[in-house]
Amino acid sequence: MILSDKYELMRKNFRNFAETEFTTELQEQLDREGGFNWEIWNKMAKYGFAGIKLPVEYGGQGGDSLAYVLMNEEFSRVCPVLAIYANTPNSLGGGPLLACGTKEQLKKYITPVAKGEKQIVFALTEPGAGSDGGSMTTRAQEDGDYYILNGRKCFISGAPIADYAVVYARTNPNLKGAKGISMFIVDMKLPGVSCGKSELKMGINGYPTSDIVFENVRVHKSDLLGPLDKGYAVAMKTLDGGRLGVAAQSLGLAQGCLEESIKYAKERKQFGKPISYNQGISFMLADMATEIEAARCLIYNTAMAKDAGDKNASTMCSMAKYYASEMANRIAGKAIQIHGGYGFIKDYKVERLYRDARVMTLYEGTSQVQQIVISRSLLK
Amino acid sequence: MRIFVCVKQVPDTSGKVAVNEDGTLNRASMLTIINPDDLSAMEAALELKDTLGCQVTAVTMGPPPAEGMLRELIAMGADDGVLISGREFGGSDTFATSQIIAGALHNLGVGPEDMIFCGRQAIDGDTAQVGPQIAEKLEIPQVTYAAKIEKEGNVLKIRRMLEDGYMTVRVQTPCLITCIKELNSPRYLTVKGILECYDKPIRVLDYNALKDEPLIDPTTIGLKGSPTNIFRSFTPPQKGAGQMLGGTEEEAVGQLVSQLAKRHMI
Amino acid sequence: MAFNSAEINEFNDIWVFCEQREGKLMDTDFELISEGRKLADERGAKLVGLLLGGEGIESTAKELGGYGADKVIVCEAPALEIYTTDAYTKVICDIVMEKKPEVLLIGASNIGRDLGPRVAARLHTGLTADCTHLDIDMDKYVQFLRESSTIDVDSVKFKMEDTNLKMTRPAFGGHLMATIICPRFRPCMSTVRPGVMKKAAFDETKAEACEIEKAAAVLSEADLKTKVLEVVKETRKMVDLIGAEIVVAVGRGISKDPEKGVKLAEELAEALGGGVVGASRAVTDAGWLTADHQVGQTGKTVHPRIYVALGISGAIQHKAGMQDSEVIIAVDSNETAPIFEVADYGITGDLFTVVPLMIQQIKEARGAR
Repeated sequence: MILSDKYELMRKNFRNFAETEFTTELQEQLDREGGFNWEIWNKMAKYGFAGIKLPVEYGGQGGDSLAYVLMNEEFSRVCPVLAIYANTPNSLGGGPLLACGTKEQLKKYITPVAKGEKQIVFALTEPGAGSDGGSMTTRAQEDGDYYILNGRKCFISGAPIADYAVVYARTNPNLKGAKGISMFIVDMKLPGVSCGKSELKMGINGYPTSDIVFENVRVHKSDLLGPLDKGYAVAMKTLDGGRLGVAAQSLGLAQGCLEESIKYAKERKQFGKPISYNQGISFMLADMATEIEAARCLIYNTAMAKDAGDKNASTMCSMAKYYASEMANRIAGKAIQIHGGYGFIKDYKVERLYRDARVMTLYEGTSQVQQIVISRSLLK
Repeated sequence: MRIFVCVKQVPDTSGKVAVNEDGTLNRASMLTIINPDDLSAMEAALELKDTLGCQVTAVTMGPPPAEGMLRELIAMGADDGVLISGREFGGSDTFATSQIIAGALHNLGVGPEDMIFCGRQAIDGDTAQVGPQIAEKLEIPQVTYAAKIEKEGNVLKIRRMLEDGYMTVRVQTPCLITCIKELNSPRYLTVKGILECYDKPIRVLDYNALKDEPLIDPTTIGLKGSPTNIFRSFTPPQKGAGQMLGGTEEEAVGQLVSQLAKRHMI
Repeated sequence: MAFNSAEINEFNDIWVFCEQREGKLMDTDFELISEGRKLADERGAKLVGLLLGGEGIESTAKELGGYGADKVIVCEAPALEIYTTDAYTKVICDIVMEKKPEVLLIGASNIGRDLGPRVAARLHTGLTADCTHLDIDMDKYVQFLRESSTIDVDSVKFKMEDTNLKMTRPAFGGHLMATIICPRFRPCMSTVRPGVMKKAAFDETKAEACEIEKAAAVLSEADLKTKVLEVVKETRKMVDLIGAEIVVAVGRGISKDPEKGVKLAEELAEALGGGVVGASRAVTDAGWLTADHQVGQTGKTVHPRIYVALGISGAIQHKAGMQDSEVIIAVDSNETAPIFEVADYGITGDLFTVVPLMIQQIKEARGAR
């Protein structure tokens, strides 16, 4: 897809940053040791990447969905986990606040988040409530000027390093399913908030994931976000943006796999010639490039539809996420195949990309959840 | 205080370089980039802007598409851009180029507190001549190979690199400084900067705008006015397949050393 | 009579600006004088050195005669002891305007490349930067093209009577070569890359015979707009692998004495002009060198001017990190090692005997110049 000069300049800048700053040493260290790298985070923050899609008046950069997609794509092309760093505040973290925060809430929370001074995460999933978020059991009971939170959230990306969490809890036990759920902004330093130990994951190591446990946590009423008892509907709406981000991460990851594979296929000699001379290899590359380009068109088009306020944008976000994440897994598989035995050892980047790809069809709604969203929009 | 930063758009020679049949560079097939040393010059100017507050103007001479590069520099932090562009300027060597840029700078007005920053040299020609020649035409002092710049009032203290060390040079504004990469790491752009750069002013100075400048004389600019001409350009012999050096170890090393000497490698 | 650089018939002789630092002549001076001698003979002209410095610099001037200078013009003044753009430009331009040399060569050092453009602009003449080859005589130039270009020399008609200085230099990172002339203005100026021109043998009797001419420096305070506060000597600290011009890498081949192998690599890097030691993964895995020395797929990608692989078999992971080097030299005991596929020069042998030979012969070759 042909982009205007403005967006090409953005792409060039994101690429330049990623290729220069996301060193191989850093990537390998993150994969090996996990944790979180504050140094690269601070660099991202310095250039406003943490607030790329957040409004200028709250310290953000004022970019649109297309800018956000390009950042995710270019960062993920070099290192998927580092794409998540910059993605979170712009999507699931900042999204619910932007959707229904008051001026005071935006000023208090979005400003430091947009500047990268504070970390905000999204806490919806529970051990018993994954795709079926409506079955959550975390409770928030009114007590004077406060709500008292009790419960456990799990698989919360970024929880161990978070300053704030957007937490979903049931405020009205009489309402069932998605109804009776509200959103709260919870300061992670409040008494009674604790994190479980970081999960050991297959991929995207270097951005920690853990449980958050709430034990009689007193949250002031001023931190109730959006309308009482109707928080889940907002959650569903803000998932769109995040899904588009995951689609772009998948796209970048696939592009990274393709480039690694092309390089290897030209270098690697067997039977006296580079393996790229074999159609078994070169046709695989052709298929990979074609699928990636199809995904790119779908994703950019979705971003533009979202920015234009198109009524189908939400469904398109699910389509983009569904197609691109499945595509990325196919591409990563082929990349390993092209690398042969070398693709199975950690010397080659595709080994890590293959593991990193796997989460793309899982987080922010599995492929099956996306299929539900897409099919419902067709059949309503 | 205003800092003019002279920049050049150059073909990216770090990757594959395409050469035409006749031995000239196939520019059309190559990507263009901002000359790396010039980016360091821009960063140096922006750092002074951050601490002292001043206007930073990016100046380039080139064909109309060079405007894109100026936009990029504005996104980086420059306040405005000047594009010197005209058919009459084409084919200029360093002498003629510096004359045109000096004429344009004179036209824009170089005040007593102003400075001109250039990169040490451009990666296409590698001459390092245009900076000092602009300074000469404007009759202002120059400091080249700057690796550190400190400014207090109108006095600058500059670390000027030598092959075997450095010298510290004191100079007053107005002056021209050429910067080396070791001076700093150029900053990245922000999305906000990119969104805003398309609304900032870019002035185009063509031959008509500059023809009354004393330095701009049609007989001393362009291909015809340039003192130097290309007598011939050619490609060096292609790198052949590698060779195994035979004989005893001593003989093999002897062949190696004579080959390296022949290629000016040692 | 006013100076006019366009009256080219009034200009004679080949001049070399001889740079001094702390009162000592530089190697480049001897290289340029030696090259200038060749050009002066081609042109049937005199070779003149131009030496500026503080009080007493005259005593070093005769040495230039030993490499071929017929005469050295010496200009002594306190303001010329340490190089400044303003003082040197003023004094050189004054002398050139008076004496009108046809050619002025300057070493392309950080000082020469500061001075040359300023002088050329003031004289209104052309300057060609960082030349690696110079000719006046057309026969010699054609012969040069025959050896160093892809031009089919025999099918091209050259103007054999051309007497301009033909200045050849690399452009676009060495992908192209260009020969530049300056036909309409004099002097014809060039900065010449250090270390490229061959230094002639020193001749004591010629040194004795060299004529010394003193010139006066006319400088006022107003001419000097910059002031040098200090000059500091320092040996450059080693650059990192990625930016290195020269990389000498060691592999499993050093296993019988890793410490000595690394030391040899360091010495070879030093002999080649100063470089950085790299390593294959086998070496960093074994702990013989730290991981930041590793070149290859999991290490760093380098593209130096010279890459020397010592005892590295050349697994694909390693080649990925170094195959874009300008010149690759490989030494390995196994003649079928894949490293030789990407090497420009390969030597089969034991690195522990080959490397000392390399160091010795490179030093000799450098010393001879």
